[in-house]
Amino acid sequence: MTHVLEVSSLKKYFGGVKAVDGVSFTVEEGEILGLIGPNGCGKSTLFNCILGQLTPTEGEVKLDGRVVTGLYPAQLNRLGVSRTFQLLQVFPNLSVRENLILAGQEHKGSMIGRLFGARDAGLTAEADRMIAFFKLEHLADQKAGGLSYGQQKLLDAAMAFMAGPRLVLLDEPAGGVNLTMLANLKERLQIINRELGATFVVIEHNMDFVMSLCSRVVVMAEGKILAEGPPSAIRNDPAVIEAYLGH
Amino acid sequence: MIRRLDASLLILLVAFPILWLLPSGLKSYGLYVVSLWLVMSIAAMGLNLTLGYAGLTSLAQGAFLGIGAYATAILTTKAGWPLPAAFLASSALSFAVGVLLGFPALRVKHHYLAFVTLAFTVVVFLVARNEQWLTGGVFGIANIPRPVLFGSDLGAALPFYRLLLCVTLVLALAMWWLLKSPWGRAFLALRENAVRAASLGVDIRAYTLLAFAIGSAYGGAAGSLYAPLVEFIDPAPFALSASFVLLLTVVAGGAGSFFGPFVGAFFSYMLPELLRATGGWYLIIYAAVVLLIVMISPTGLLGLIERWRDHRSQAKAAAARAAAAPTLGAASGETDSLGKGATQ
Repeated sequence: MTHVLEVSSLKKYFGGVKAVDGVSFTVEEGEILGLIGPNGCGKSTLFNCILGQLTPTEGEVKLDGRVVTGLYPAQLNRLGVSRTFQLLQVFPNLSVRENLILAGQEHKGSMIGRLFGARDAGLTAEADRMIAFFKLEHLADQKAGGLSYGQQKLLDAAMAFMAGPRLVLLDEPAGGVNLTMLANLKERLQIINRELGATFVVIEHNMDFVMSLCSRVVVMAEGKILAEGPPSAIRNDPAVIEAYLGH
Repeated sequence: MIRRLDASLLILLVAFPILWLLPSGLKSYGLYVVSLWLVMSIAAMGLNLTLGYAGLTSLAQGAFLGIGAYATAILTTKAGWPLPAAFLASSALSFAVGVLLGFPALRVKHHYLAFVTLAFTVVVFLVARNEQWLTGGVFGIANIPRPVLFGSDLGAALPFYRLLLCVTLVLALAMWWLLKSPWGRAFLALRENAVRAASLGVDIRAYTLLAFAIGSAYGGAAGSLYAPLVEFIDPAPFALSASFVLLLTVVAGGAGSFFGPFVGAFFSYMLPELLRATGGWYLIIYAAVVLLIVMISPTGLLGLIERWRDHRSQAKAAAARAAAAPTLGAASGETDSLGKGATQ
């Protein structure tokens, strides 16, 4: 059986620093996998290696059984992998709707076709559906830069889903988001997972969020995988508790 | 964004007949100045795409003006081509050279990119000055013919101005079309956050090269019109300072706003002529005006309007939010599905 994502003995060294040091794991179709670990344990570096932002020192990344190591981020995105960033990454001078249209347009037809085709690449209706789904209707025509932090986080997540991706990597989606909006975000993610069958990998420090959202959790420490299993087992794993609380 | 560009189209179509009729009373010098304004607006429009929309700092637009001017001068005087053919060839040549110059932009950004393009401008200038067999060196190329189109001679100042006006309109419409298309959105994304754009499938390489190439093609097109306008070219107008003035034109007019290049070109190319009456003071007054613009509004003259508009729309949205606040909580539950089933 092929996995949606398969990472084998991935290593990323920065000089003498072993940021990611031989990580292997798989992600199955329709799964929500949590990726946790103390700050600086290599989670975001691992994401960046999977997504083509960094070139791994060693190892391999497979998407649906196909080796994708070394592809550009844009190529991976067009293969159905999308992401959100730890720090806010919306386009501040575009409206909320334009942000979402942009997030989907490169998946519509050829470049030349887009130049002469519809101005919105035929995505206005889809963008408005996404805006309604994330409850941002009253902000649709606002410049994204004028939104509150939490609203921008929601928009950031919405953008990752515009092109109907198979696999979404979310880097700390809950960071800095207030409780009401967090509940909204979790619910949105669960609905998308259920309705579209999208597969998620979620980096997060908010344990309640991870444990209630994810079906399986991978724990990293010092560039290696420390533990892997269902949330209930991870919660009580002495090695995990030690990694978080220190020696 | 969309609505603003539609207003741009309206302004273009209203301005055209006015600009067609307005200068008919001017003498040939006055017509030369407004013609120069149109030509430089075209060059600035190109740079506005590269710099204002795609965010790539270029000090090479003056060089592309030169490439277009020399290509047209050589093709029309030495090879006997008609101007329309030379115009297309000059634009295509500038497009191709622009693609090549775009490659460094894939690796360096901001002021480093400015240095790379600056070096390119110096090289183009040196070629124009030293390769006498091709460019005539410092003696330049004289007697560049004005066109005869469909049997009518457009050599006189007014008909030639009107030809320039038509070409400017067509190029402005093409730019408007481009900026409103998904490409325009991708160029903006490139400027605002290239890493995020790439993660959304935007091909950074292709759009960077295109932003450079299309901007350069506009520079070459402008040069191709500049040559028959002045009828004699030498290397001096394409020196490094020309690229600086064009950069200033885009910044002072409003980088990233559609009419910024036209407003900027008015300041850079018409205002100095209007101020000539003040004798030795005109450069000082001109410099003071530009300095003032950049200090008051770093986003250029049209940036002021943009800021005022943003301010107003945000105030309006805040009012709408305040009015909607009590009902927002109750409205949840209706949108708890992506509604795929209903629409597909």
